[in-house]
Amino acid sequence: MSTLRRRRIVNVIAFSMSMVATAIGLALLCAILWTLLSRGFGALSFSVFTQMTPGPGSAGGLLNAIYGSLVMTALGILIGAPIGLLAGTYLAEYGRNSPLSTVVRFINDVQLSAPSIIVGLFVYMLMVMRMGHFSAIAGAVALGIIAMPVMVRTTEDMLNLVPKSMRDGSAALGAQPWYTITRIVYPAAKNGLVTGVLLAVARISGETAPLLFTALNNQFWNSNLNKPMANLPMVIFQFAMSPYGDWQRLAWVGALLITLFVLFLSIIARSISSLFGQHGNPGE
Amino acid sequence: MVLSARLRREARAESVFRVATLTSALLVLALLAGVLLTLIHGSWPALKTFKWSFVTGERWNPVADIYGALTPLYGTVATSIIALLIAVPISFGIAVFLTEICPRWLRGPISTGIELLASVPSIVYGIWGLFVLAPILQHSVQPWLIVHLGPLPVVGRLFQGPPYGIGLLTAGLVLAIMILPFITSVMREVFRMAPLSLKEAAYGLGATQWNVVWDVVLPWSRTGVIGGIMLGLGRALGETMAVTFVIGNAHRISASLLAPSTTISAAVANEFAEAVGDLYTSALFALGLLLFVLTFAVIAGARLLMMRLERGTVQRA
Repeated sequence: MSTLRRRRIVNVIAFSMSMVATAIGLALLCAILWTLLSRGFGALSFSVFTQMTPGPGSAGGLLNAIYGSLVMTALGILIGAPIGLLAGTYLAEYGRNSPLSTVVRFINDVQLSAPSIIVGLFVYMLMVMRMGHFSAIAGAVALGIIAMPVMVRTTEDMLNLVPKSMRDGSAALGAQPWYTITRIVYPAAKNGLVTGVLLAVARISGETAPLLFTALNNQFWNSNLNKPMANLPMVIFQFAMSPYGDWQRLAWVGALLITLFVLFLSIIARSISSLFGQHGNPGE
Repeated sequence: MVLSARLRREARAESVFRVATLTSALLVLALLAGVLLTLIHGSWPALKTFKWSFVTGERWNPVADIYGALTPLYGTVATSIIALLIAVPISFGIAVFLTEICPRWLRGPISTGIELLASVPSIVYGIWGLFVLAPILQHSVQPWLIVHLGPLPVVGRLFQGPPYGIGLLTAGLVLAIMILPFITSVMREVFRMAPLSLKEAAYGLGATQWNVVWDVVLPWSRTGVIGGIMLGLGRALGETMAVTFVIGNAHRISASLLAPSTTISAAVANEFAEAVGDLYTSALFALGLLLFVLTFAVIAGARLLMMRLERGTVQRA
């Protein structure tokens, strides 16, 4: 009787603690979002979008950094997404069960969680040292390398959800595999592929470490891809670590903008994939 | 004639597409090889000069051009261990809540909330850690730790010295928040895969719900749980920006967890752009190589465990 009582008490305590753990997790998310909203919105003004990053002690905005981030993220996706799409296609279609695919899949999964600062070092030696200077294009390549594994993984997962009977039907009508893949399988997996691109954009738009030694930063307006370019993550890093109040306020605004953008993308990606999921996608 | 020309064109398109996909897949491998070769090439001068003392040496002195990676290595490992000690129990709690007691309609919103923690950029964790978390730790948590845990034998040494607010403990805390969603999501997945028949058998023997979780579900899914924890560890070891904000960037090893220190990634992030001299740059590349080897081993281990798990469930199913 007393062991039963003890087990019941343990049961109640354990599950109460699991509720506390969940509350802690959600409270942390709220705390971070609350800080961002209160500090970021407090300093948000129209001039953030119309003026350049200021020198210490003067007013200004984030226009050049926002522009730079958009340009480099877009270029990074243009580099990383097509290669990722093709590699994912190989894994899901041509080489589904080949030993090569197993190795590629494994290495790609490792790269998904590999430290991004190492990509920065790699691109530094590959491009920055050869060219002799930091440049926006080097930053875009670094971001592309980070976007690629995300795209490979989602492409493979999404193509695997397309029923084999559709491929068989296409082949029975005499279509070559490339025709089947590009005209039948890709359209069928369209939503999933879009999700992959969105996730890749979300992944790279907040990345800072790979830009430290590639795009660097630039206090002024620059649209030359061959020169250092301002970007939000680097500006946040530099301004937040500075002793100047104006700079720190701008850093909070930048952090708010990036976070809202990334969370917005993740939520859109999620809702697309859950819509897609109604047609037989098990899990996420 | 027309038909055969068309067939030839089709066949050509087929081989072009096939080669393009194959090349892209090979590029994934080439990229990893390229990163490894670049890091080895870049760190060669430093490794040749210092040999093993690069890993075992404690001095990091750019003025005298002497570099030993022991301090950042210690910082990386210490912050990651702190992060795991905090994140694993919380993740376990959340995963248990989500799979066992959470009402169905709440499951979606709560898991989305936890997973959104994973998409917050690391620089935001950094700025939050520096301006919000560090002051709280400095003014309330750390003084309490110093007074209550500081005098204890052995353990006390970890909690002595002035409360800086930034340092190993703060970095470990921020890392814990960052890896929590990853560990939670793996644990939730593997808990959900536990066979119903096993659980029902345990209930039939009179087990409480907690007995089922602890004595049936957890042992059944331990491979996946360990894989998830290692995946979190891999993230923690390599995380850069968040740590750079709150670690304090001091090249010295202190017994106290409250003291500023540095990690491999923070040292590279902070010093690389200003490194003058080939040996200094090379030493930073060598730090990168060290980090690469460390994280690759951990993440690869995690992925292997999870691959074994997937194969296992396919066979069982």
